[in-house]
Amino acid sequence: MIRIIRSFILILFAVFLFAEVGRASETNSPEGHTETTKNFEAGKYVIEHVSDAYEWHIATFGETHISIPLPIILHSSEKGWNFFMSSRFHHGHETYNGFRIEHDGEHEGKIVEVNETGEVIGVPVDLSITKTVAGIFVSVFVLMAIFLSIAKSAKKNTNQAPKGLQNLFEPIILFIRDEVAKPAIGEKKFEKFLPFLLTAFFFILVNNLLGLIPIFPFGANVTGNIAVTLVLALFTFFITTINGNKHYWKEIYNPDVPWWLKFPIPLMPIVELSGLITKPFVLMVRLFANMMAGHLIVTVFVSLIFIFNSLMGVEAGLGVSPISIAFSVFILLLDVLVSFIQAYVFTLLSALYFGMATSEHH
Amino acid sequence: MGFVTPDYGTIFWMLIIFGIVLFILKKFAWGPILKALKDREKSISDALNSAEKARKEVAGLKASNDQIIAEARKEKDIILKEARDIKDQIIADARIKANAEAQKSIEIAKQQINAEKATAINDIKKQVAELSVMIAEKVIRKELENPKDQEKLVEDLLKDLNLK
Repeated sequence: MIRIIRSFILILFAVFLFAEVGRASETNSPEGHTETTKNFEAGKYVIEHVSDAYEWHIATFGETHISIPLPIILHSSEKGWNFFMSSRFHHGHETYNGFRIEHDGEHEGKIVEVNETGEVIGVPVDLSITKTVAGIFVSVFVLMAIFLSIAKSAKKNTNQAPKGLQNLFEPIILFIRDEVAKPAIGEKKFEKFLPFLLTAFFFILVNNLLGLIPIFPFGANVTGNIAVTLVLALFTFFITTINGNKHYWKEIYNPDVPWWLKFPIPLMPIVELSGLITKPFVLMVRLFANMMAGHLIVTVFVSLIFIFNSLMGVEAGLGVSPISIAFSVFILLLDVLVSFIQAYVFTLLSALYFGMATSEHH
Repeated sequence: MGFVTPDYGTIFWMLIIFGIVLFILKKFAWGPILKALKDREKSISDALNSAEKARKEVAGLKASNDQIIAEARKEKDIILKEARDIKDQIIADARIKANAEAQKSIEIAKQQINAEKATAINDIKKQVAELSVMIAEKVIRKELENPKDQEKLVEDLLKDLNLK
């Protein structure tokens, strides 16, 4: 299994690398980049590193950008569906087929539709496989590889002591089952929610941890993307809502509080109803903010080197680098811890919400 | 602030991908894994239960064994005691019988001895009489070797006869 993954990654890497280096070297025209590293813009650098992108940037050597082109999928009312690779934009410097990536203004970082003269005429429906989506694909591949192989060995060695990967992950699965799902949801109903809880936990954990590895094909800031955490929180919200029983809805519309809190102004029902929304909202923001902050701080510490470099010369940059690296390492290690904690917290809170939705009278 | 506004493209893909992942993992990973875990837990608890049961059975067997041994020991004691009694009885009987037998033998012996004694005495009497007669004969023969003595004896005898 490990050999298959390794060879897959290698092939992927090789294909993309050859494709892109060839393209990058031929397209780097001298008039392309006038602004060099002379004035290092730390803010922009940091934000670019944690934001989503249309291509997967790996490294820059002088003028040569090495990046993996990603598919762009657009639908505009005029041109219909458009499929092409992001390398057509030449790292965002050129317009292709009437589309270009905006670098400032209202649609900063988004693809807009322009006419021949370069005026923005609209925003197409953008379903591109961005860096985040590609990162999701990578981590999903890892997730599937791990757990399908565990399932295979679990099927094969029934009633035997677990070995290898199965042995590594079984305690975590048991932890989610016995320490998270069972106490939060209750002995009778937890099994129904277990697949979602396990999937969410390992999806978040794998994405968190892979996001910390700065080497392609890992390092995409997936769980630090609010759209991703939004979807995860939406799943929790819908599962909670669909499984809400009579008691759950009664507690929302007609909670056991003094009558004047419900009539004439339905104060408590309003609070409870807003709680429905705030619960998943908090889930979304917590995971997003934690992972985003981790990536931000690491990038900030690294960019300190370049800030000192551009402000006070090469010596200052060199002098700061050990401290920067030490702090980055510290923050990264902290992030490993945070990765586990956030995955745990998301799962635990989801389980608690499910428990609330399905609990009988207490 | 681009990165706090959720991008609908990412939401779209994430919904599809996560939905598929959830489905696939639920069907092909969590199902078998959780089932295997449950089965193993069940088999372990079953094994533990049966071990406990076996242990109890063994303890029960041991208790009944002890009881059987105790009973056997008691029985043995009883049998031994009986045997001892019988032995004593036999010895006592034997002694009595032996005594009686001995008594009888002694009685018979006594009788025989008495009979023998009587016979012996009779014999002795007879022999003494014969010897006396022989001695008397010899004495008489000697005394009658000369005629004077013969006369004298006859005279004596006659004297005796006269007396009578």
